Amino acid sequence: MGVTEADKNVLVTSVDFVVNWARKNSVWPVTFGLACCALEMMVASSATYDIARFGAEVFRPSPRQSDLMIVAGTVTKKMAPILKRIYEQMPEPKWVIAMGACACSGGIFRTYNTVQGVDQIVPVDVYVPGCPPRPESLLAGLIKLQEKIQKETILERELISLPKMKG
Amino acid sequence: MTGETKDIQKVTGKLIRQFGEKVITIEDRGGSAIPSVVVDKAKILEVLFFLKADPDSAFDMLTDLFGVDNNKERPRFELIYFLNSFKNKMRFAVKVGLEDGESVPTASGIWKAAEWFEREIYDMFGIRFEGHPDLRRILLDEEFEGHPLRKDFPVEGPDFDKPFVVELGEEK
Repeated sequence: MGVTEADKNVLVTSVDFVVNWARKNSVWPVTFGLACCALEMMVASSATYDIARFGAEVFRPSPRQSDLMIVAGTVTKKMAPILKRIYEQMPEPKWVIAMGACACSGGIFRTYNTVQGVDQIVPVDVYVPGCPPRPESLLAGLIKLQEKIQKETILERELISLPKMKG
Repeated sequence: MTGETKDIQKVTGKLIRQFGEKVITIEDRGGSAIPSVVVDKAKILEVLFFLKADPDSAFDMLTDLFGVDNNKERPRFELIYFLNSFKNKMRFAVKVGLEDGESVPTASGIWKAAEWFEREIYDMFGIRFEGHPDLRRILLDEEFEGHPLRKDFPVEGPDFDKPFVVELGEEK
């Protein structure tokens, strides 16, 4: 890229620091509560477990204005194309938290209509297990996501895409 | 019969007088069970209409309509109509036996609620309803293949081992 390793470390690090600091302290989620975990997500954004103190100030209804998709609840095969479409409408940089057992791996629903984990459809950054996870668990997941964002660098953010299936 | 009040006996008596013993079979399940009759498939629509129109029975509400898959017994499928009468304050159940591949005339002309109930039965069992205004899947995806509540359908679905791929079509 024309920038040597040494230059990269010296020049970009402080810019990285500031950009990542700004991004991680203002992740705005898009409302994607599907089932029971949505209630825990709502409680996490209410007064007792205030999620706004970590930067997730507003839950934007439109994916075009948000950074984070918290998939809270069971994803059925009927809902899967809609979920993928919403994910693709979010602008970069974007992250996904899979909240709850159903979003992480299908949960207790090993059935014909349940997607066994939302990571079959979209790339996931943080998994928050639980059925449902307590609001503090979701906040812990959000903090872990913030730590992950802090380690990123603006030079190398590759567009994440799933491997294409052959045939 | 145990558990049946005089009003229900009036209704069942009228049914037998109108349609004959060959068509109507009264079930005795005892106790506080909802009284039920088993009806021949050929006359089911007339029986249901009679139950709604007759002032002694006046079943103006179809509370529920569901299907049963009796795996190896005959008849393989059963449809159970649960009826409710506000005027006469009583409940009643009508059962029809079906084989695989048979279809039943729709009850949506009599009670509008039957539309969605029958869509669900078509979705889950594959039983078709003749004359239905809009018979298509209601709970599952339109492209889903198979009817899950049949006893020969595996719980995990036939494609469980393959990864699930979502193809988004272009917006027209």
